[in-house]
Amino acid sequence: MNWVVTNWSQISDYGLAHIWLSIPPIVVGFAISLPLGWVANRFAISNGALRLVRPVLLTVAGILYAIPSLPLFALLPSLIGTRILDPLNVEIALTLYAIALMVRTTADGLAAVSDDVKLSASAMGYSTARRFFGVELPLAGPVLLAGLRVVSVSTVSLVTIGSVIGVNSLGFFFIDGYQRAFLTEVWVGIIGTVVIALVFDLLLVLLGRWLMPWTRRQRVSRAARLAAAEVVGA
Amino acid sequence: MNSYSQAFAWLADGAHWAGPNGIPQRLLEHLGYTGLTLVIAIVIALPVGLYIGHTGRGREVVVPFTGALRALPTLGLVILLALGLGIGILPPLIALVILALPPIIAGAYSGLESVDRQVVDAARSVGFTGPGVLWRVEVPLALPLIVGGIRSACLQVIATWTVAAFLPLGGLGRFLYDALPNQDYAQLLAGSILVIVLALLVDGLFALVQRLVTPRGVLAGRTADIRTKTQSPTRKDPSWLAPEEA
Repeated sequence: MNWVVTNWSQISDYGLAHIWLSIPPIVVGFAISLPLGWVANRFAISNGALRLVRPVLLTVAGILYAIPSLPLFALLPSLIGTRILDPLNVEIALTLYAIALMVRTTADGLAAVSDDVKLSASAMGYSTARRFFGVELPLAGPVLLAGLRVVSVSTVSLVTIGSVIGVNSLGFFFIDGYQRAFLTEVWVGIIGTVVIALVFDLLLVLLGRWLMPWTRRQRVSRAARLAAAEVVGA
Repeated sequence: MNSYSQAFAWLADGAHWAGPNGIPQRLLEHLGYTGLTLVIAIVIALPVGLYIGHTGRGREVVVPFTGALRALPTLGLVILLALGLGIGILPPLIALVILALPPIIAGAYSGLESVDRQVVDAARSVGFTGPGVLWRVEVPLALPLIVGGIRSACLQVIATWTVAAFLPLGGLGRFLYDALPNQDYAQLLAGSILVIVLALLVDGLFALVQRLVTPRGVLAGRTADIRTKTQSPTRKDPSWLAPEEA
């Protein structure tokens, strides 16, 4: 505990660095996945070569996700011309993972929106854009949120690997703790990372409730229905 | 692109293909550790996942637990166990088995849950008992998802053994860790390419296995599904109705 108190400023510095490294991949990854997921579905039932857009997108996403993180961090500098210690390498790699995870979720979530609902919106005069943002996106919202939560947790965890190539976050305490054979330091890194992941997750859940208040009501009513069914059954 | 030609020159150099530090030896170490980790993880995780999926019990205990495991930083867990338990292969092996459990469990129970309840009921009504339903109806139908869980666990294990190569155990990650302090970018790049190629080959192999274990009936059902979709115009995406395209 003493070590934590005396080194608190270093811990909070690396904690903040960890948070700042985690946010861009999650946000940018989500922003890029949204149009990609839409495009994947847009041509799902068209004829000819465009039909392949969805399988090709999802296959590329799958391959991207199969690439191990540390080699990707090491590979990026020579691909995009950054320096090996540039945090941009980690940011871009984590954004690619976020996209790889989110494109499938976005495509599935948008595809699950009922055709009848989409037809009704069009019949009421919604333009394609307004229908997307006003009808399809909110209805796919819970699925997107679930995907975003997975992206968030895995991004926060993967940021620590950047410490191996010198992009420091709470992962610094893993490397430093190992070199000094000092367990407390490693625990600080692990607990700090898990706490950041949990806080991010909580914020996403709260954001979801705020943006999609109907999901909360639905859950209550379903629970109420289940309770009622149990009473009737008894 | 100069760095790439250097990396390929490094890969083409015969000296890097021989001896205890050569690529074949490192590759064998990597594959051996990965295989060992995967076998132990499957032995533990598969029964758990099948139990949850078959009985529907224990879900609320295991599901949040596997979710929380995902938040654990892999590098931290490996180092924690290496420092706590001492040298040797056992500490990182334990860490990696723990990390490989969640995807295998999730693949198994979600696979069984995806099996149509009517199929299960039909199997029971023609006389299948509990184990019969599990092994001859549920598992064959769930096999693609079960293999999918093992697939993501395997990729995770390959990636994490790369990171764990800072321990004196070898594996392909060794090339990366040896290159970093010396700023030997040719070797860093070459080692990275080796790991990435290995991961993609394994991923492709699992994709093939997943296709092979998909029961023919399921595949037939899928094509029928596509055919009905394309034949019925009402199921088509109604975006042509949108005013801006009209």
